[in-house]
Amino acid sequence: MTPLDLGHRASRRWGERLIALLLFGCGIISVLTTVGIVVVLVTESAGFFREIPIAEFLTGTRWSPMYSEQHFGILPLLNGTLLIAAGSMLIALPVGLTSAIYLSEYASPKVRAAIKPILEILAGIPTVVYGYFALTFITPLLRTAFPGTGIFNAASGAIVVGIMIIPMIASLSEDALNAVPLSLREAAYGLGATQFEVSTRVVVPAALSGIVASFILAISRAIGETMAVTLAAGATPKMTLNFLESIQTMTAYIVQVSLGETPHGTLEYRTIFAVGLVLFFITLAMNLLGQQFTRRFREVYE
Amino acid sequence: MATKDLRDRSGDAPDIALETRALSVYYGESAAVNDISLTIPRNRVVAFIGPSGCGKSTFLRCFNRMNDLIPAARVEGEVLFRGTNLYAHDVDAVEVRRRIGMVFQKPNPFPKTIYENIAFGLRINGFQGKLDEQVEHSLRSAALWDEVKDRLQESALELSGGQQQRLCIARALAIEPEILLMDEPASALDPIATGKIEDLIRDLREDYTIVIVTHNMQQAARVSDYTAFLYLGELIEYGDTDRLFTNPREERTEQYITGRFG
Repeated sequence: MTPLDLGHRASRRWGERLIALLLFGCGIISVLTTVGIVVVLVTESAGFFREIPIAEFLTGTRWSPMYSEQHFGILPLLNGTLLIAAGSMLIALPVGLTSAIYLSEYASPKVRAAIKPILEILAGIPTVVYGYFALTFITPLLRTAFPGTGIFNAASGAIVVGIMIIPMIASLSEDALNAVPLSLREAAYGLGATQFEVSTRVVVPAALSGIVASFILAISRAIGETMAVTLAAGATPKMTLNFLESIQTMTAYIVQVSLGETPHGTLEYRTIFAVGLVLFFITLAMNLLGQQFTRRFREVYE
Repeated sequence: MATKDLRDRSGDAPDIALETRALSVYYGESAAVNDISLTIPRNRVVAFIGPSGCGKSTFLRCFNRMNDLIPAARVEGEVLFRGTNLYAHDVDAVEVRRRIGMVFQKPNPFPKTIYENIAFGLRINGFQGKLDEQVEHSLRSAALWDEVKDRLQESALELSGGQQQRLCIARALAIEPEILLMDEPASALDPIATGKIEDLIRDLREDYTIVIVTHNMQQAARVSDYTAFLYLGELIEYGDTDRLFTNPREERTEQYITGRFG
């Protein structure tokens, strides 16, 4: 009888190590990419900020790098971006949340099975298509309703971005509502609560941190949205709260310069990295905030 | 007192809190509760015992139409409460649950403050009196006031499991139901917390009719006046608790309480 051998098999050990290394390599790609993007943004912006003081950049109310009289104040672009974000949330927030409540609390399994894929289709449409939809459908409607509205206007961009992020809010909020244990609903029903009272007074408050997280992530998406607003909202950096005027968002400006004839390496070209850096910090902050809320909401029911 | 005697008192309405007539519950094709008729006397504690899956919880949930929440469940027969069939078409389940309260197997306080947990039921029911007083009264009734009076604004989730369950009892009592249904209220608790719940049940008998489901026979013997033994969805035996445990009439009851199955 041969003695029992429980020792390591060299070949197997090396095989395991190779696989672990391979998986690690795939994982590290996204990390390295992020690092690379940050490095490019920071080094290119550094060149920009050597010539334009950060204070002037962050507080200036005029943005005209391409004109003979150059101004490098980012506030008009920030204004445009926030206008789109606020306008789109005005639409997406109520519609997204009520859809989530409907899907989670009211819809029969059949209806839910029909609606969820439609929402996912809405989420899968390329954003440039949304841009055309805004330009050829929403804008004419707006121009009929409000004569004097520009061909390019913030409202059209905000509406279409709002529609675009409804599925995101609906789906993430529905996950949060679904995670509320059935026992809480039973407790409320047991006290004579109606379905509406159970939904609004027990389930929504219990899922609030998850719902807020979905809002924050959606705002982040609205701020980062590019193609639709470039097509619909125009290219006029402006300090305005009027939704019917043409504006320009940070993302739309970056597109304009990237596709334009601005020579590489010039101050004008470097503006897009400075703007990109601001955009990066805003969305990063939003995402971290969103994650914070998501984490808090996970803790409650473990 | 035996099964038959209880049934004979059904004409004596003031003493009857609830009555079922030929009550069956189906999940799809199979009957979880099969043709059960019994009466629950007022201001008494009635225990439903039986092995897991015998239908005792499903049966209990017929008394406040909690089974309505399960789409696959179908109820046949009648549950009479003050002469009204709770399953009649013109009866609103919401109104039923305001009069017949329920405490669940696992403590399920809302993720709100202790105070708001009690106040919730009062608010949704349009309570007109003094909220603070009713909250205190409910917590006292559930023997919890002294432990929480200084921390009413803290989250209910910070209480121990036993305290949470007494909070759930207080929450159910706050809207002053006539009947309290308890679905294995102590099964998730340690022996000391269980003892407190059992003391509470005995005290509450003064003012409420209590129907309790338990898989713990000793518990049924300790807290209840009458016991019903269910097996495979059927009512096997129903009668005075002391008599049922000392001198069961049915062979299956005897086998179950002596631990030969279940």
